[in-house]
Amino acid sequence: MSINSPLFEGNFIRLGPIDHEKDPEIVSRWTHDAGFMRMMYTEPARPLSPWQVKKKLEELEKFIDEDKNIFHFRIRARSDDRLIGFAELTWISWTNASGFIRLGIGAPEDWHKGYGRDALGMLLRYAFTELNLYRLTAVIPAYNLAALGLFTSFGFVEEVRRRQALERDNQRWDLLHLGLLAAEWKERQK
Amino acid sequence: MNIDLLRGELIRLTVEDPETLAKLVSQWSADSEYSRLLDWDPARRHSAKNAQKWFEKQAEDDNSYLFAIHTLEGDHIIGEIGLDGIRWTHGDCFVGIGLGDREYWGKGYGTDAMKVILRYAFTELNLQRVTLDVFEYNPRGMRSYEKAGFVLEGRQRGMILRDGRRWDVIYMGILKDEWLRNNA
Repeated sequence: MSINSPLFEGNFIRLGPIDHEKDPEIVSRWTHDAGFMRMMYTEPARPLSPWQVKKKLEELEKFIDEDKNIFHFRIRARSDDRLIGFAELTWISWTNASGFIRLGIGAPEDWHKGYGRDALGMLLRYAFTELNLYRLTAVIPAYNLAALGLFTSFGFVEEVRRRQALERDNQRWDLLHLGLLAAEWKERQK
Repeated sequence: MNIDLLRGELIRLTVEDPETLAKLVSQWSADSEYSRLLDWDPARRHSAKNAQKWFEKQAEDDNSYLFAIHTLEGDHIIGEIGLDGIRWTHGDCFVGIGLGDREYWGKGYGTDAMKVILRYAFTELNLQRVTLDVFEYNPRGMRSYEKAGFVLEGRQRGMILRDGRRWDVIYMGILKDEWLRNNA
């Protein structure tokens, strides 16, 4: 790592801004996949039209401008710049140098290809070496085994278990908070 | 049917106009310890006008139930308590409480208010669980929440930086089944 190491170019993906023209169509397709929506959101899964997504992305960008405590990236394939997911640092408290981290790969054909791993590695480096955060929290439902596996492989540990905080498929599920300290992350970079 | 749903042993809960709570909260914010127990954002002074805008927004939010805490004796408003972030499909929500008048700290008023709002959450809103977070430097709060039936669910390590050291944010929760057992 040095001052001229690229922060936004990974092995397979790059972190880019929102494309308000092209992204809505693709994101609309993701919202029609309840499997994806239930992994990413606790709100009831609900398909959105491209027009609805466009409005939401515009609101998101306005919020980013006004609140200054969220860093949102679109994950794009380096090969063809195609949108494959999103990654964000959010609810950042600057006085405490603490924040939350989220990431999602939208289409099932892009899962298990290392895109999420690539993006998470870059987002952690951004959080700890550019934003200078002290710690990050990831909030993950107990049924999202892929996310739990990915985050723990980067050193995140379970810190909070909100028992039976979710109900899906007539079953109660725990909601987990995983935490990673900058010191722990740095130790793993050696 | 319990007809005095919002009345406890020491306190009762009411809903007040935004203007009333705003004036009180603006006064309470003079006490920086109060602000630091409630929020990990920097303690600051809020004008009554600014607080009123916030309470007006709360009043229109269907996922939020905010109450003023009145003493039964003397009928003073001593604090606020509210359920927010209610996720109806999952039956989960957060609870937050603050006693702005420190004359009433450590005397059972907060615990009583918490018991009353839990009864409301579980028997009227039919929620499945209630969550709260409390800061490591607030042991009085933690003891009160334990008395009301909350159990420890974990701690976010070093989330808060204050007075030159790191403090954990502690999560506690209570399930409807646990509440029913406690109140059988």
